Amino acid sequence: MVDAAATPEETAPEEAPAPEPERLHGALVTTSGDQMVLHADRADLPTLVRTLRDEDGYLMCLDVCGVDYLTYEAPRNLPAEVAPERFEVVVTLISHAARRRVRIRVQVPESDPTCPTLFDVHPGSEAMEREVFDMFGIVFEGHPDLTRILMPEDWEGHPLRKDHAVGRIPVQFKAPQDARQP
Amino acid sequence: MTAVDPDAVALTSEGAQEMGPRSSAGAEELLRELGATLRMSEAEAEALVEEAPAEDQTMIINMGPQHPSTHGVLRLMLELEGETVLRTKPIVGYLHTGMEKTGEELTYLQGPTNVTRMDYASPLFNELAFSLTTEKLLGIDGDIPERAQWIRMLMTELNRITSHLLFLATNGMDVGAVSMMLYGWRDREEGLRVLESITGLRMNHNYIRPGGVAADLPDGWRDKVLAFIDAVPESLDEYDVLLTGQPIYRERLQGVGVITPQEAIALGATGPILRSAGVAWDLRRDLPYLRYEDVEFDVVVGTYGDCFDRYAIRLNEIRESIRIVRQVLEQLPKGDYRIQDKKVTPPPRARIDESMEALIHHFKIFTEGFKVPEGEAYCAVESPRGELGCYIVSDGSAKPYRMHIRGPSFVNLQTLPHMMRGGLIADAVAVISSVDPIMGEVDR
Repeated sequence: MVDAAATPEETAPEEAPAPEPERLHGALVTTSGDQMVLHADRADLPTLVRTLRDEDGYLMCLDVCGVDYLTYEAPRNLPAEVAPERFEVVVTLISHAARRRVRIRVQVPESDPTCPTLFDVHPGSEAMEREVFDMFGIVFEGHPDLTRILMPEDWEGHPLRKDHAVGRIPVQFKAPQDARQP
Repeated sequence: MTAVDPDAVALTSEGAQEMGPRSSAGAEELLRELGATLRMSEAEAEALVEEAPAEDQTMIINMGPQHPSTHGVLRLMLELEGETVLRTKPIVGYLHTGMEKTGEELTYLQGPTNVTRMDYASPLFNELAFSLTTEKLLGIDGDIPERAQWIRMLMTELNRITSHLLFLATNGMDVGAVSMMLYGWRDREEGLRVLESITGLRMNHNYIRPGGVAADLPDGWRDKVLAFIDAVPESLDEYDVLLTGQPIYRERLQGVGVITPQEAIALGATGPILRSAGVAWDLRRDLPYLRYEDVEFDVVVGTYGDCFDRYAIRLNEIRESIRIVRQVLEQLPKGDYRIQDKKVTPPPRARIDESMEALIHHFKIFTEGFKVPEGEAYCAVESPRGELGCYIVSDGSAKPYRMHIRGPSFVNLQTLPHMMRGGLIADAVAVISSVDPIMGEVDR
């Protein structure tokens, strides 16, 4: 429905070229629901997290998790400037003073599954990065103790990857003995 | 899914999970481990490394995974010099059952059945975090009926009480007050009976589901809840006599396992550990979900960040939870206990008898599930152990593409090496107990 009282200023942005994407410390900003999402280049991740910690009060790293988008068919919900890759590392930070969380999504290519560690900025990310390494095989460069954390040491593969089959115990069925057959 | 292609899977080249001897750790690695956590300057950390004793003066021993005070199957490798703990490495994964992978194979309606088994001492919180995230993805988070929200609050607060009672029981047992164990378990069982009468199960309720709760409160629930919350404060006063004021108990906990607010924040600790250090942070108050804005309660904080503060916080959080439950009993509105959205809610039983469409709809919801729009969302609740978050990526199908739970116990465990440093091995037991880890949630 068109508002008859609309002023020219209100309709003008439709014709103007696409506005410059919003950036925070060099990272693209989008929103998901009510939450701010930053899209960072993986090389810039530690610097970005450090800047957020020192300047914006995001003091705590709540969560580091991985996502494998191998079989994802829906649109990826990424800004046009970000090239989608197979893996994504998702970092959630919280600012206690501003009472808000921020999520950082980092694209990690399949050919080079590495990502710089956040250990130097938030030592609390240590176990979570180990979990991502264990589950997705993403190597966090500079991590002091990058070993498997949940799976056994000699486990092959990374279970939460989409090309890792769901484990199951083989069930051995025998056909019932049919008395009528010879 | 086909079998794993061995070429496509990165081979494992990492080292052992165990804690290495001091010599193999290397000075630089040790310095990093200490310096980063303790927020030390390089010079301070170097001095610490130099002070360290020679390798033949120390011993590495295993504590667990079958030690009675490791709360499940937590294995700790301790480097000891005499009775003093120098380094600690928690080794987890013994309860890992791939629940996040399982979650990708279950529909959103089956999801709570899976996540409820993670933190088995407070299962309703897992269901709540999962349901809130699903609702956010569905875009119905603003439409959940009032009554459902209040029922969820009632149930999770009752669950918080039982979870903290379990902590009191095990904490008492760990430091030698064995009678406390019996009292704690006894009172917790009363709480579980209330939960059972409402949800049908003592634990792993699968009661909070996307869209609301599974069933309305049954007849007579109010009397049962009232009887429970009337009985608990009397018990708490007994515990005060038995534990809080008891010199031996205080001696075991006071000044043990101290953590500063800076260290707790750096290590990502949440819940009672963070609050014991004096940081007044409670998601119920600071980032309210459900209807916590409409109830009055206090956030209990400590001062010293030691084991006694963590005990006292949990003890008093039970009192606060009882306050919340009483307000819920007064304010509980009438109405639906689940959203009347045909997409997520199965039709009521009576309709199935008379309508073929309702029957088909019912069948489809439970076999195929409902589709959730693509996107990703993170929601968190204040579980008895801290921030319990759920991150779901949806590809538009009826199953989560990726379901991740941020377990507070998993992250809180990282504070163990820090809090045990320089303490005695007997105090290590008190420290583990005060972190209150639930291994089902650590390993998921």
